[in-house]
Amino acid sequence: MMQFVADGILNASLIALGALGLSMTYNVLRFANFAQGEVLAIGAYFALGAVTVIGAGVGVMGPVKFGWPLLVSIPLAIVCTSIVVLMVDYLVFRPLRNSNASRITLIMAAFGLSLMGRNLIHLFAGGDPKYFSFYIPKAIEIMPGVKMVPDDLAIIGLCVFAVVSLHMFLTKTNMGRMMRAVSENPTLARINGIDLKMIIRMTWIIGTALAVTAGTLQGHIFQAKAEMGFDMLLPMFAALILGGVGNLYGTVLGALVIGLAESFAVYFDLSAYRAAVSFMIMLLVLLVRPQGLLGERE
Amino acid sequence: MTPVNNPNNKILDVQNLVAGYIPNLNILHGCSIHVCVGEIVTILGPNGAGKSTLVKAIAGLLSVVEGSIELQGKDITGMETHKLVREGLGYVPQTENVFAKLSVAENLELGAIHHRSSMAETREKLYDLFPDLARFRNLAAGKLSGGQRQMVAVGRALMASPSLLMLDEPSAGLSPKLTQVVFQQLLKIRDSGVTILMVEQNARAGLEISDRGYVLAEGVDRVNGEAQSLLHNPEVGELYMGGHGKSTMENVVTASATSENSTPGDSA
Ligand SMILES: Nc1ncnc2c1ncn2[C@@H]1O[C@H](COP(=O)(O)OP(=O)(O)O)[C@@H](O)[C@H]1O
Ligand SMILES: [Mg+2]
Repeated sequence: MMQFVADGILNASLIALGALGLSMTYNVLRFANFAQGEVLAIGAYFALGAVTVIGAGVGVMGPVKFGWPLLVSIPLAIVCTSIVVLMVDYLVFRPLRNSNASRITLIMAAFGLSLMGRNLIHLFAGGDPKYFSFYIPKAIEIMPGVKMVPDDLAIIGLCVFAVVSLHMFLTKTNMGRMMRAVSENPTLARINGIDLKMIIRMTWIIGTALAVTAGTLQGHIFQAKAEMGFDMLLPMFAALILGGVGNLYGTVLGALVIGLAESFAVYFDLSAYRAAVSFMIMLLVLLVRPQGLLGERE
Repeated sequence: MTPVNNPNNKILDVQNLVAGYIPNLNILHGCSIHVCVGEIVTILGPNGAGKSTLVKAIAGLLSVVEGSIELQGKDITGMETHKLVREGLGYVPQTENVFAKLSVAENLELGAIHHRSSMAETREKLYDLFPDLARFRNLAAGKLSGGQRQMVAVGRALMASPSLLMLDEPSAGLSPKLTQVVFQQLLKIRDSGVTILMVEQNARAGLEISDRGYVLAEGVDRVNGEAQSLLHNPEVGELYMGGHGKSTMENVVTASATSENSTPGDSA
């Protein structure tokens, strides 16, 4: 039982990272980025490339099997993926914004990009899953009856660190305050001297950083494949909506609920309905609280 | 003490402005106003005359079709909104003029993003002028009353030490008593060296603290002059009444006071 809680938390931390990225872009750009899954996948492949070049198995630290190459590959992958994402924004979303395209147009464009992204990964990296390394991790007992691989614990730690960093960034830094200002009232933000274009670029970079981190860590625990991000899309959106769209703390809470729900679906032998379970929970909560767990009523 | 309308000392000069929200549907049809250093100038006019549209156009929120805008001698026509703060323009919109989810202190800090070095000093001066801002600094601005929120909005704009402060209906939704408080503070702000251009529905209260005024109707500046003379000008009353009565502003003020309890929302 407790084992499933532990697995659920691991699952939840990865969902939370991706969903927070989604939440950030939604708050500032005002549309649901359905291509977030592919950002995550492309990031994982960039990181995989970096790890392969450096050499897997190099720099192993203590009981944790991922060494510094994985930690180095994350920022490298963030830089590369951000460049791709900013280029896509410049070529696709910027013209749409300038012509005052509706939200649904932006979403459809993201959908198209998502499809294209997956196909490009197939084209360049092939269809079969890729592995970051081939060792068999040894689980340790962290509580009576609960075993976890040290890597997984470290990954949960990394995710918590990322969430706390994001919180500090948004509340304590000038740039973070400017982002919150833009998400609340873009016109008033401009009147205050905030350059919207710069904030939009920053938002893409932060959303990308969160997705790439999630993708790389997920790739490390499981595998990298073209559909890895697309498969995460439903849980990420479920977490976002469940928590209350736009509320970052709600998103984390939503991710926790979805992560645990998926894990318990496995516990009750319903693994085939994993996705359906999180969807059901989302629907149930929305029936009682249409604004989501921490969302405010409009 | 009272500054004179010295045309050689214009801080803002708007010439024949044509602008609107949608292409080919202009709201302003050749509007000209100017403000001299040290003045308080009020823009009056009936609902829908284009007063808010005029200040939005000056603030770079609308694309200018024709005409020009000069601020402190520099042509700012078509300049992007976010660059105008550094040119010395402060602007308090009519509605949604604070970040409701952010604290009062955060609102003020956002006002000073291009003036970080003098921020602490400006803030102290502001807290002296509006003690409530200091008291509620950690509260979300959306939780404050209408009058306090207006102070946050004005305070936020002042944090950038503007040369010219534009206010769109600073008394909207305030009681007559609170309006007087806000207007007395505007006088203090002017005396501290900030020139003020405001839009006001409350014609008499606005003109009482102003040096000059303009009356806008249907997107054109129809009448302008010394504040005192506008109060007694029958033409002004006619513009307000849509050309029907021949009342002076004295009557209009009482007439409009009853019909203006709810200020219409401004969707921009
Ligand atoms: N965001 C907008 N989009 C289109 N038209 C607008 C918008 N805001 C105002 N208008 C129109 O512009 C005209 C002038 O409005 P406004 O400048 O707000 O008047 P006021 O003098 O009351 O401030 C009105 O006819 C109004 O319907
Ligand atoms: Mg108005």
